[in-house]
Amino acid sequence: MSTIKDILKERILIIDGAMGTMIQQHKLEEEDYRGDRFKDWHKDVKGNNDLLSLTQPQLITAIHKQYLDAGADIIETNTFSSTSIAQADYDMQSLAYELNVAAATCARKAANESTAANPTKPRFVAGAIGPLNKTLSLSPDVNNPGFRAVTFDEVAQAYTEQINGLVDGGVDLLLIETIFDTLNAKAAIYAVKNYFKEKGIPELPVMISGTITDASGRTLSGQTLEAFYISVMHANPLSIGLNCALGAKEMRPHIEELSSLASCFTSAYPNAGLPNAFGEYDEQPHETAHIIEEWAKEGFVNIVGGCCGTTPDHIKHIAEEVKKFKPRALPIVDVI
Amino acid sequence: MKETTHIKPYLRLSGLEPLIVRPETNFVNVGERTNVTGSKKFARLIRESLYEEALSVARQQVENGAQVLDINMDDALLEGVTAMTTFINLLQAEPDIAKIPIMIDSSKFEIIEAGLKCVQGKCIVNSISMKEGEAAFIKQAYICKSYGAAVIVMAFDEIGQADTKIRKVEICKRAYKILTETVGFAPQDIIFDPNIFAIATGIEEHNNYAVDFIEATREIKQLMPLAKVSGGVSNVSFSFRGNDHVREAIHSVFLYHAIKAGMDMGIVNAGQLVILDDIEPTLKQLCENVILNINNDDNGATEKLIQFAETVKAKGKEIIKDESWRKEAVQKRIAHALIHGITEYIDADTEEARLQYPKPLDVIEGPLMDGMNIVGDLFGEGKMFLPQVVKSARVMKKAVAVLTPFIEQEKADRRNDKTANSNNQQDALGPAKILLATVKGDVHDIGKNIVGVVLGCNGYEIIDLGVMVSADKILTEAQKHQVSIIGLSGLITPSLDEMVHIAKEMTRLNMNIPLLIGGATTSRMHTAVKIAPEYEHGVVHVLDASRSVTVAGTLLNKEQQPEFVKEIKKEYDQLKLDFGNKKSAKQLIAIHEAQQNIASIDWDNYIPVPPSFMGTKIIDDYNLAEIAEYIDWQPFFIAWEMHGKFPQILSDDIIGVEATKLYEDAKILLQQLINEKWLTAKGVVGYWETKKIAPDSLVVKSEKNIQLEFLRQQIKKAAGQPNLSLADFINPTHTDYIGAFSVTIQGIEKHIKRFEENLDDYNKIILQALADRLAEAFAELLHKKTRTEYWGYSKDETLNTDALIEEKYQGIRPAPGYPACPDHTEKYKLFELLGGENATGITLTESLAMYPASSVCGWYFAHPESKYFGVGKINKDQVEDYAKRKGMTIVEATKWLRPIIE
Repeated sequence: MSTIKDILKERILIIDGAMGTMIQQHKLEEEDYRGDRFKDWHKDVKGNNDLLSLTQPQLITAIHKQYLDAGADIIETNTFSSTSIAQADYDMQSLAYELNVAAATCARKAANESTAANPTKPRFVAGAIGPLNKTLSLSPDVNNPGFRAVTFDEVAQAYTEQINGLVDGGVDLLLIETIFDTLNAKAAIYAVKNYFKEKGIPELPVMISGTITDASGRTLSGQTLEAFYISVMHANPLSIGLNCALGAKEMRPHIEELSSLASCFTSAYPNAGLPNAFGEYDEQPHETAHIIEEWAKEGFVNIVGGCCGTTPDHIKHIAEEVKKFKPRALPIVDVI
Repeated sequence: MKETTHIKPYLRLSGLEPLIVRPETNFVNVGERTNVTGSKKFARLIRESLYEEALSVARQQVENGAQVLDINMDDALLEGVTAMTTFINLLQAEPDIAKIPIMIDSSKFEIIEAGLKCVQGKCIVNSISMKEGEAAFIKQAYICKSYGAAVIVMAFDEIGQADTKIRKVEICKRAYKILTETVGFAPQDIIFDPNIFAIATGIEEHNNYAVDFIEATREIKQLMPLAKVSGGVSNVSFSFRGNDHVREAIHSVFLYHAIKAGMDMGIVNAGQLVILDDIEPTLKQLCENVILNINNDDNGATEKLIQFAETVKAKGKEIIKDESWRKEAVQKRIAHALIHGITEYIDADTEEARLQYPKPLDVIEGPLMDGMNIVGDLFGEGKMFLPQVVKSARVMKKAVAVLTPFIEQEKADRRNDKTANSNNQQDALGPAKILLATVKGDVHDIGKNIVGVVLGCNGYEIIDLGVMVSADKILTEAQKHQVSIIGLSGLITPSLDEMVHIAKEMTRLNMNIPLLIGGATTSRMHTAVKIAPEYEHGVVHVLDASRSVTVAGTLLNKEQQPEFVKEIKKEYDQLKLDFGNKKSAKQLIAIHEAQQNIASIDWDNYIPVPPSFMGTKIIDDYNLAEIAEYIDWQPFFIAWEMHGKFPQILSDDIIGVEATKLYEDAKILLQQLINEKWLTAKGVVGYWETKKIAPDSLVVKSEKNIQLEFLRQQIKKAAGQPNLSLADFINPTHTDYIGAFSVTIQGIEKHIKRFEENLDDYNKIILQALADRLAEAFAELLHKKTRTEYWGYSKDETLNTDALIEEKYQGIRPAPGYPACPDHTEKYKLFELLGGENATGITLTESLAMYPASSVCGWYFAHPESKYFGVGKINKDQVEDYAKRKGMTIVEATKWLRPIIE
């Protein structure tokens, strides 16, 4: 079977769209989130989308199926917040490993079915590693800029546990995403490197996706795009890219810049435009797809998809538009 | 489809911004002062946990051109891991420092790893080596790699540190092989430090150390072209410690040869590298011989350099004037005089040049401007400091003064000769004009004068309208002179509104020239939020004089201007947006709640001391010499944009020499103005009974019973922390006392005028700054007399000047308009209590600035728990409450309190 690297040289791959947007459509209530197992949990858990991998696995698998049917080559596990640090909000830190295994299992099942149905289009499961609700480069206390709510070691440990669960659940790739503080991402990379080294197994390919928060072209922790890329290059990633915060229109100059810098493949999965006054995303599938089509034409990208507000319909349109273009050619890395 | 990109194997580092070491990068300066082993000052700051100040050391390195910041916390008295973590975490919050990459420097790997855990960018680890064998080396290298850091590898193995070329190269080759083949390091991420050792130590074996380093570098770069070479440069001159003159020369000569051999980066004092060509030829030759080990049998070359060094040392403070430059051509002499601020020969030199050039104007446009351009460049690069630039300007003005009569004569001649329709272009096109003014109601102009001098140095014609200039006059004059830029200055808060007003007026008058905003009270945020939205053709906040040059230059460059104005606008829009977003973050409590949460003072056990007299006492013509003993010099240096603690600033590594010169010049002028009684110190103090009638209101019992109103902190405080108001320091139930004072230094005008006529901005600005210092010192002196004598609540106090500056005494003297009582309009009451403007001759402008500018006033509070604080942001409810108490309309109260209203 050909590896993802081989396929990326042949065509632009499609990554799926938003999980949260799809879950929202089901208008789940507290009891749906709790399921049977957590019906007596001492804290409200509504909104803990990652918990659904355990309590509503059929729903999560079904959403994955919708994206696969829309044409996604890569689907992301429902594990954006499945770390002991992020789950502490619900007092569910002890479930972190289990959540990752369960989510990876849902995605694996859906992907395997699609691959079996059409072996010429193999599907891949990317284990999603989110940014955490605590950050290593910024102080939460404006009066004490040297303060940190969490340490590098704590973050690396939480990520190691997540990686362990994702690998045990059978993911093909790891995706460190929505990076707004590069140091958190560096802790994740550190965790990846050490996890595989200690297990003595080959490293899974790592995708890295940062977030440019506004028109300044910088991450929330203040780095320029190039500084960000330089800071994570040591991960030797399969791809580097951008997601979230911006719509495709706003993301364009940044993805163009990144495509000229990166020695690896590039990825981009923007939001469905910028949120309107009600915090909703109303960019239509053909609109998003139209902008992304131009990126493909210009040769900026190898992997495209959607983030907040995007739906299987967005993914379907994007897949349709980009399939006529060749992927971005990998740059030649000079050795001297 | 575009062409395939090539990605070069360069060393790529990052802070908030990237640093890519390309072949054409030449040499990367690594700032060395944030190193506790190398900088006594930095070590002390860290030991005393003065991290904020320690950050300023880092900032200075960046400003002086450091491209990477070396941080070292290896000190036996320090907990290295904690110090490294704390310092780097704080540093991350300073974008102007964090923009450059960090070099984490320690001989303890645990400290290195602690540092790596705090930095988002790609760092350099300094250093690892095979000192403890291959296994430990591989392990450490792997850890560095998993944090994504580049590494410095010391040429050090199990046997020891490599001293010869052969050993250096051999160890580096071995380390390279292990790193690239076993650990998987990218070759460009490997930086070798082949050890720079001290030369000229008198031990013959050491004589070839510099050559060994240079030659090893050459071979390492040949064998491993992608790897880099670095080193700690100051080691090489270690045997000349204490003799900076010779050390700097050795460093420059050494670097010249090492860089040619392939050295890529080095740890240096970024502010202190001398230009190779500036080294006197004898010294340069001696250094060259010692570094390259030429003519050095029996330490011959070494001895010669040591002898030379002795002569430099023996000279000590007695600097022998080097007059050799007088032998140069006149153009060079003029440049020398400008760069070194020497006025002695400038009249004669200018005259000599005039006779050589066809027209007098050619002298200005030729040698004078050439010299000033060098000054501008050196200043821009941080190689010259403000006092030097002002001295250069003095030389320039003197030279121009020599030429002016001839230029006028020529113009007159031309007018007489001119044919009917000759349209003299040359007169119309002069240098670009910049108008400067301190706005209406404000009298402070030291900063503005400095900006004027610096811009003048850079070839602009300055039209300085002085102080208290109305919007109307500023704009009329601007149009009359067709200026290219308007610069506004202000020190007190009401000036901010005036600036907004001027911006609005510029829009109404359809003006299109850029507006610069500066002065102590202005800020980038205020400019962005309040001024910039009123005028669309460029509003720029200029932090200091050094920035003003580049900003003016960019604004007057037709190609750069639109882009720059657009960028600034974007930046300000963002600031404005951020400001809007942040607003809601501050939590303010209701004023009536705040008034419940007052300072808890044990009044039952406090017996107020009645003043030795009641009412006012005028102190006329106080002895200036005595006042001078109370001067706090630190703000004097800040006025000159030299930041740092006094007296440490005098021995600062970077600005110490210039600070000392400035200090000496200031002391001379101070002595002269005391001896010749240029100035008169006048003051008035008063003490009265007072009674608290409401949480923030006092009645002062004088002839008229004047009611004072105070403002209270409204920010939500942690449990147990009070919402302070100055009124809290007055007994709420029993009779208490309050005092007030105002002081001024009179008589400066005619001396200023004299300096202006002598084209001596340097002494003019010194004099202004001294007058300000004397006013403050006089206030300090009267406060002491108040405590120990007039009021006498603290009769047995014994404090020296330092303790006074650190405010170790009992009681405070806050001034209306400053953070503890931010309403300027209470000054009216203070003046009324003290007998009005007649008492001291101080007048209040419509913005409530005091004139003369060198004046200070304030209240006296005596309670031992009274302290300085800032009221901070207040809410509308307090404005309403305050307006009611003051009998003002809400509109008027809002106008005066605007800067602090949330």
